[in-house]
Amino acid sequence: MSKQTRTLLFAGLGVSLLMGGVISFWASSHPDGLEWVAEEEGFLDAASENETQKSLAPIPDYEVPGVENDFLKVSLAGVIGTLVCFGLALLLGRLLRRRRQEASAA
Amino acid sequence: MHIPDGFLSPPVLVATGVVSAACVGVGVFRARKSLGEQQVPLLGVTAAFIFAAQMLNFPVAGGTSGHFGGAALAAILLGPLNAILVMAVVLVIQALVFFDGGLSALGANVFNLGVVGAFVGWGTHQLLLRLLPKGKPGLLGATAVAAWLSIFIASGACALQLAVSGTVPLNVAMPAMLGVHALIGIGEALITTAVVATVAAARPDLLTSLKRPEPEGAAA
Repeated sequence: MSKQTRTLLFAGLGVSLLMGGVISFWASSHPDGLEWVAEEEGFLDAASENETQKSLAPIPDYEVPGVENDFLKVSLAGVIGTLVCFGLALLLGRLLRRRRQEASAA
Repeated sequence: MHIPDGFLSPPVLVATGVVSAACVGVGVFRARKSLGEQQVPLLGVTAAFIFAAQMLNFPVAGGTSGHFGGAALAAILLGPLNAILVMAVVLVIQALVFFDGGLSALGANVFNLGVVGAFVGWGTHQLLLRLLPKGKPGLLGATAVAAWLSIFIASGACALQLAVSGTVPLNVAMPAMLGVHALIGIGEALITTAVVATVAAARPDLLTSLKRPEPEGAAA
Protein backbone atom coordinates (compact mmCIF):
# COMPACT_ATOMS: atom_id res chain seq x y z
CA MET A 1 0.00 0.00 0.00
CA SER A 2 1.35 3.42 -0.91
CA LYS A 3 2.28 5.93 1.76
CA GLN A 4 -0.38 8.31 0.48
CA THR A 5 -3.11 5.70 0.80
CA ARG A 6 -1.94 4.93 4.32
CA THR A 7 -2.00 8.63 5.22
CA LEU A 8 -5.50 9.02 3.80
CA LEU A 9 -6.79 6.00 5.73
CA PHE A 10 -5.26 7.22 9.00
CA ALA A 11 -6.74 10.67 8.37
CA GLY A 12 -10.15 9.07 7.77
CA LEU A 13 -9.93 7.15 11.03
CA GLY A 14 -8.74 10.29 12.84
CA VAL A 15 -11.66 12.35 11.53
CA SER A 16 -14.04 9.53 12.52
CA LEU A 17 -12.68 9.45 16.09
CA LEU A 18 -12.99 13.22 16.26
CA MET A 19 -16.62 13.07 15.12
CA GLY A 20 -17.56 10.15 17.37
CA GLY A 21 -15.47 11.20 20.36
CA VAL A 22 -15.76 14.99 20.40
CA ILE A 23 -18.27 16.54 18.00
CA SER A 24 -20.94 13.97 18.93
CA PHE A 25 -21.43 15.83 22.23
CA TRP A 26 -23.03 18.72 20.35
CA ALA A 27 -25.30 16.56 18.19
CA SER A 28 -28.93 17.66 18.01
CA SER A 29 -31.20 15.78 20.41
CA HIS A 30 -34.31 16.51 18.35
CA PRO A 31 -36.15 13.41 17.10
CA ASP A 32 -34.82 12.16 13.76
CA GLY A 33 -36.87 12.11 10.56
CA LEU A 34 -38.68 8.82 11.18
CA GLU A 35 -39.25 9.51 14.89
CA TRP A 36 -40.64 12.95 14.09
CA VAL A 37 -43.02 11.57 11.46
CA ALA A 38 -44.13 8.89 13.95
CA GLU A 39 -44.81 11.59 16.54
CA GLU A 40 -46.63 13.91 14.13
CA GLU A 41 -48.76 11.17 12.61
CA GLY A 42 -49.51 9.51 15.94
CA PHE A 43 -47.89 6.09 15.54
CA LEU A 44 -44.92 6.53 17.89
CA ASP A 45 -46.80 4.40 20.46
CA ALA A 46 -46.47 1.42 18.13
CA ALA A 47 -42.74 1.32 18.92
CA SER A 48 -41.79 -1.34 21.42
CA GLU A 49 -38.55 -2.07 23.19
CA ASN A 50 -37.06 -5.52 23.20
CA GLU A 51 -36.06 -5.85 26.86
CA THR A 52 -33.51 -8.58 26.13
CA GLN A 53 -31.87 -6.45 23.44
CA LYS A 54 -31.81 -3.47 25.81
CA SER A 55 -30.38 -5.38 28.76
CA LEU A 56 -27.70 -7.03 26.62
CA ALA A 57 -26.62 -3.81 24.90
CA PRO A 58 -23.48 -2.67 26.77
CA ILE A 59 -23.89 1.03 25.83
CA PRO A 60 -27.63 1.71 25.43
CA ASP A 61 -28.49 5.03 23.74
CA TYR A 62 -24.85 6.02 23.16
CA GLU A 63 -24.09 6.74 26.82
CA VAL A 64 -21.58 4.58 28.68
CA PRO A 65 -23.29 3.42 31.89
CA GLY A 66 -21.62 4.41 35.14
CA VAL A 67 -19.81 7.42 33.67
CA GLU A 68 -21.00 10.58 35.45
CA ASN A 69 -19.49 13.22 33.19
CA ASP A 70 -21.95 14.24 30.46
CA PHE A 71 -19.23 14.78 27.88
CA LEU A 72 -17.24 11.65 28.68
CA LYS A 73 -20.16 9.22 28.62
CA VAL A 74 -21.05 10.21 25.05
CA SER A 75 -17.44 10.65 23.95
CA LEU A 76 -16.43 7.21 25.16
CA ALA A 77 -19.47 5.68 23.47
CA GLY A 78 -18.46 7.36 20.21
CA VAL A 79 -14.83 6.27 20.42
CA ILE A 80 -15.72 2.68 21.33
CA GLY A 81 -18.34 2.43 18.56
CA THR A 82 -16.02 3.92 15.96
CA LEU A 83 -13.20 1.53 16.86
CA VAL A 84 -15.49 -1.52 17.06
CA CYS A 85 -16.95 -0.74 13.60
CA PHE A 86 -13.45 -0.22 12.21
CA GLY A 87 -12.18 -3.46 13.72
CA LEU A 88 -15.13 -5.58 12.72
CA ALA A 89 -15.23 -4.36 9.11
CA LEU A 90 -11.45 -4.75 8.83
CA LEU A 91 -11.65 -8.28 10.24
CA LEU A 92 -14.44 -9.14 7.80
CA GLY A 93 -12.37 -7.83 4.90
CA ARG A 94 -9.30 -9.77 6.03
CA LEU A 95 -11.25 -13.01 6.41
CA LEU A 96 -12.84 -12.62 2.98
CA ARG A 97 -9.48 -11.97 1.32
CA ARG A 98 -7.70 -14.76 3.14
CA ARG A 99 -10.29 -17.24 1.97
CA ARG A 100 -9.69 -16.24 -1.59
CA GLN A 101 -5.95 -16.54 -1.24
CA GLU A 102 -6.35 -20.02 0.24
CA ALA A 103 -8.71 -20.96 -2.57
CA SER A 104 -6.34 -19.74 -5.25
CA ALA A 105 -3.34 -21.42 -3.58
CA ALA A 106 -5.15 -24.76 -3.46
CA MET B 1 -34.17 6.36 10.02
CA HIS B 2 -33.48 3.36 12.27
CA ILE B 3 -36.79 1.53 12.60
CA PRO B 4 -37.57 0.37 16.15
CA ASP B 5 -39.39 -2.85 17.00
CA GLY B 6 -43.17 -2.67 16.64
CA PHE B 7 -43.47 -0.46 13.56
CA LEU B 8 -43.45 -3.21 10.94
CA SER B 9 -45.61 -6.30 10.56
CA PRO B 10 -44.08 -9.80 10.58
CA PRO B 11 -44.51 -10.32 6.80
CA VAL B 12 -42.69 -7.04 6.08
CA LEU B 13 -39.95 -7.91 8.57
CA VAL B 14 -39.49 -11.33 6.97
CA ALA B 15 -39.55 -10.03 3.39
CA THR B 16 -37.03 -7.24 4.00
CA GLY B 17 -34.94 -9.57 6.17
CA VAL B 18 -34.74 -12.20 3.43
CA VAL B 19 -33.75 -9.67 0.76
CA SER B 20 -31.13 -8.13 3.06
CA ALA B 21 -29.69 -11.51 4.01
CA ALA B 22 -29.52 -12.48 0.33
CA CYS B 23 -27.72 -9.23 -0.56
CA VAL B 24 -25.24 -9.70 2.30
CA GLY B 25 -24.71 -13.27 1.08
CA VAL B 26 -24.04 -12.14 -2.48
CA GLY B 27 -21.78 -9.40 -1.10
CA VAL B 28 -19.72 -11.95 0.85
CA PHE B 29 -19.54 -14.23 -2.17
CA ARG B 30 -18.40 -11.42 -4.49
CA ALA B 31 -15.94 -10.01 -1.95
CA ARG B 32 -14.25 -13.39 -1.66
CA LYS B 33 -13.58 -13.23 -5.38
CA SER B 34 -12.73 -9.63 -5.96
CA LEU B 35 -11.99 -7.68 -2.78
CA GLY B 36 -8.81 -5.71 -3.48
CA GLU B 37 -5.91 -5.42 -1.05
CA GLN B 38 -6.47 -1.67 -0.60
CA GLN B 39 -10.15 -2.24 -0.04
CA VAL B 40 -9.65 -4.17 3.21
CA PRO B 41 -8.51 -1.20 5.33
CA LEU B 42 -10.88 1.06 3.38
CA LEU B 43 -13.75 -1.22 4.48
CA GLY B 44 -12.72 -0.61 8.11
CA VAL B 45 -12.28 3.15 7.80
CA THR B 46 -15.56 3.54 5.90
CA ALA B 47 -17.46 1.63 8.60
CA ALA B 48 -15.80 3.75 11.31
CA PHE B 49 -16.59 6.99 9.48
CA ILE B 50 -20.23 6.05 8.88
CA PHE B 51 -20.75 5.03 12.50
CA ALA B 52 -19.22 8.25 13.81
CA ALA B 53 -20.96 10.52 11.30
CA GLN B 54 -24.30 8.87 12.10
CA MET B 55 -23.94 10.08 15.69
CA LEU B 56 -23.96 13.69 14.52
CA ASN B 57 -27.62 14.59 14.34
CA PHE B 58 -28.02 18.00 12.74
CA PRO B 59 -31.14 20.12 13.26
CA VAL B 60 -33.62 20.29 10.40
CA ALA B 61 -36.60 22.66 10.19
CA GLY B 62 -39.40 22.26 12.71
CA GLY B 63 -37.86 20.60 15.77
CA THR B 64 -36.59 17.57 13.94
CA SER B 65 -33.09 16.35 13.22
CA GLY B 66 -31.36 14.22 10.66
CA HIS B 67 -28.15 12.32 10.48
CA PHE B 68 -25.84 10.93 7.85
CA GLY B 69 -26.69 7.57 6.27
CA GLY B 70 -23.54 6.68 4.39
CA ALA B 71 -24.65 3.99 1.93
CA ALA B 72 -24.04 6.19 -1.12
CA LEU B 73 -20.58 7.13 0.15
CA ALA B 74 -19.71 3.49 0.84
CA ALA B 75 -21.00 2.47 -2.61
CA ILE B 76 -18.96 5.15 -4.41
CA LEU B 77 -15.85 4.13 -2.45
CA LEU B 78 -16.24 0.36 -2.46
CA GLY B 79 -19.01 -0.66 -4.86
CA PRO B 80 -22.62 -1.42 -3.92
CA LEU B 81 -22.16 -4.95 -2.55
CA ASN B 82 -19.23 -4.04 -0.31
CA ALA B 83 -21.28 -1.02 0.78
CA ILE B 84 -24.07 -3.32 1.93
CA LEU B 85 -21.53 -5.30 3.99
CA VAL B 86 -20.27 -2.08 5.60
CA MET B 87 -23.79 -0.88 6.37
CA ALA B 88 -24.69 -4.29 7.83
CA VAL B 89 -21.65 -4.15 10.13
CA VAL B 90 -22.59 -0.65 11.35
CA LEU B 91 -26.27 -1.49 11.83
CA VAL B 92 -25.53 -4.71 13.72
CA ILE B 93 -23.18 -2.85 16.09
CA GLN B 94 -25.74 -0.08 16.57
CA ALA B 95 -28.51 -2.56 17.40
CA LEU B 96 -26.48 -4.91 19.63
CA VAL B 97 -24.12 -2.50 21.39
CA PHE B 98 -26.04 0.79 21.38
CA PHE B 99 -29.67 -0.40 21.34
CA ASP B 100 -30.31 1.75 18.25
CA GLY B 101 -32.77 0.15 15.84
CA GLY B 102 -34.96 -2.80 16.79
CA LEU B 103 -33.47 -6.28 16.62
CA SER B 104 -36.49 -7.62 14.73
CA ALA B 105 -36.24 -4.64 12.37
CA LEU B 106 -32.55 -5.23 11.66
CA GLY B 107 -33.31 -6.76 8.26
CA ALA B 108 -35.57 -3.83 7.35
CA ASN B 109 -32.93 -1.33 8.45
CA VAL B 110 -30.23 -3.10 6.42
CA PHE B 111 -32.69 -3.08 3.51
CA ASN B 112 -33.47 0.67 3.66
CA LEU B 113 -30.18 2.14 4.81
CA GLY B 114 -28.00 -0.50 3.17
CA VAL B 115 -29.50 -2.23 0.13
CA VAL B 116 -31.71 0.62 -1.13
CA GLY B 117 -29.21 3.33 -0.21
CA ALA B 118 -26.27 1.53 -1.80
CA PHE B 119 -27.99 0.54 -5.06
CA VAL B 120 -29.73 3.91 -5.53
CA GLY B 121 -26.51 5.76 -4.69
CA TRP B 122 -24.37 3.56 -6.94
CA GLY B 123 -26.84 3.50 -9.85
CA THR B 124 -27.36 7.24 -9.78
CA HIS B 125 -23.63 7.89 -9.55
CA GLN B 126 -22.81 5.57 -12.45
CA LEU B 127 -25.57 7.08 -14.61
CA LEU B 128 -24.61 10.69 -13.89
CA LEU B 129 -20.90 10.03 -14.41
CA ARG B 130 -21.80 9.08 -17.97
CA LEU B 131 -24.20 11.99 -18.51
CA LEU B 132 -22.26 14.81 -16.88
CA PRO B 133 -19.05 16.25 -18.30
CA LYS B 134 -15.88 14.46 -17.18
CA GLY B 135 -13.77 16.06 -14.50
CA LYS B 136 -14.20 17.30 -10.98
CA PRO B 137 -17.49 19.26 -11.29
CA GLY B 138 -19.13 16.25 -12.96
CA LEU B 139 -17.85 13.87 -10.28
CA LEU B 140 -18.97 16.07 -7.41
CA GLY B 141 -22.33 16.84 -8.99
CA ALA B 142 -22.99 13.15 -9.55
CA THR B 143 -21.95 12.45 -5.95
CA ALA B 144 -24.24 15.09 -4.46
CA VAL B 145 -27.29 13.93 -6.41
CA ALA B 146 -26.57 10.23 -5.73
CA ALA B 147 -26.26 10.88 -1.99
CA TRP B 148 -29.40 12.97 -1.81
CA LEU B 149 -31.44 10.47 -3.83
CA SER B 150 -30.19 7.50 -1.78
CA ILE B 151 -31.67 9.01 1.41
CA PHE B 152 -34.83 10.25 -0.33
CA ILE B 153 -35.63 6.85 -1.88
CA ALA B 154 -34.68 4.98 1.32
CA SER B 155 -37.19 7.09 3.25
CA GLY B 156 -39.80 6.26 0.61
CA ALA B 157 -39.05 2.56 1.06
CA CYS B 158 -39.47 2.99 4.81
CA ALA B 159 -42.82 4.78 4.30
CA LEU B 160 -43.99 1.97 2.03
CA GLN B 161 -43.07 -0.65 4.65
CA LEU B 162 -44.91 1.29 7.35
CA ALA B 163 -48.01 1.47 5.13
CA VAL B 164 -47.92 -2.20 4.09
CA SER B 165 -47.57 -3.08 7.80
CA GLY B 166 -50.79 -1.14 8.50
CA THR B 167 -49.00 1.20 10.91
CA VAL B 168 -49.90 4.41 9.05
CA PRO B 169 -51.71 5.05 5.73
CA LEU B 170 -49.48 5.45 2.67
CA ASN B 171 -50.91 8.87 1.77
CA VAL B 172 -49.80 10.09 5.20
CA ALA B 173 -46.48 8.26 5.56
CA MET B 174 -45.11 8.86 2.07
CA PRO B 175 -45.30 12.68 1.85
CA ALA B 176 -44.19 13.07 5.48
CA MET B 177 -41.15 10.80 5.14
CA LEU B 178 -40.15 12.12 1.71
CA GLY B 179 -40.63 15.72 2.86
CA VAL B 180 -38.37 15.59 5.90
CA HIS B 181 -35.78 13.39 4.19
CA ALA B 182 -35.60 15.75 1.21
CA LEU B 183 -34.08 18.14 3.75
CA ILE B 184 -31.96 15.54 5.57
CA GLY B 185 -30.68 14.46 2.15
CA ILE B 186 -29.00 17.85 1.75
CA GLY B 187 -26.79 17.02 4.74
CA GLU B 188 -26.11 13.62 3.22
CA ALA B 189 -25.10 15.26 -0.07
CA LEU B 190 -22.78 17.77 1.65
CA ILE B 191 -20.93 15.17 3.75
CA THR B 192 -20.68 12.61 0.93
CA THR B 193 -19.43 15.22 -1.55
CA ALA B 194 -16.85 16.55 0.92
CA VAL B 195 -15.43 13.06 1.51
CA VAL B 196 -15.44 12.09 -2.17
CA ALA B 197 -13.73 15.38 -3.08
CA THR B 198 -11.02 14.68 -0.50
CA VAL B 199 -10.44 11.11 -1.68
CA ALA B 200 -10.53 12.20 -5.35
CA ALA B 201 -7.84 14.79 -4.66
CA ALA B 202 -5.59 12.40 -2.72
CA ARG B 203 -6.19 8.91 -4.11
CA PRO B 204 -8.74 8.81 -6.95
CA ASP B 205 -7.88 5.14 -7.54
CA LEU B 206 -9.70 4.32 -4.28
CA LEU B 207 -13.03 5.39 -5.80
CA THR B 208 -14.58 2.18 -7.12
CA SER B 209 -17.29 4.15 -8.91
CA LEU B 210 -14.66 5.76 -11.18
CA LYS B 211 -13.26 2.42 -12.30
CA ARG B 212 -14.02 0.83 -15.64
CA PRO B 213 -15.72 -2.53 -15.27
CA GLU B 214 -13.00 -5.12 -14.95
CA PRO B 215 -13.05 -8.81 -15.73
CA GLU B 216 -13.67 -11.08 -12.77
CA GLY B 217 -10.78 -11.26 -10.33
CA ALA B 218 -8.77 -8.56 -12.06
CA ALA B 219 -9.51 -5.97 -9.38
CA ALA B 220 -6.70 -7.24 -7.16
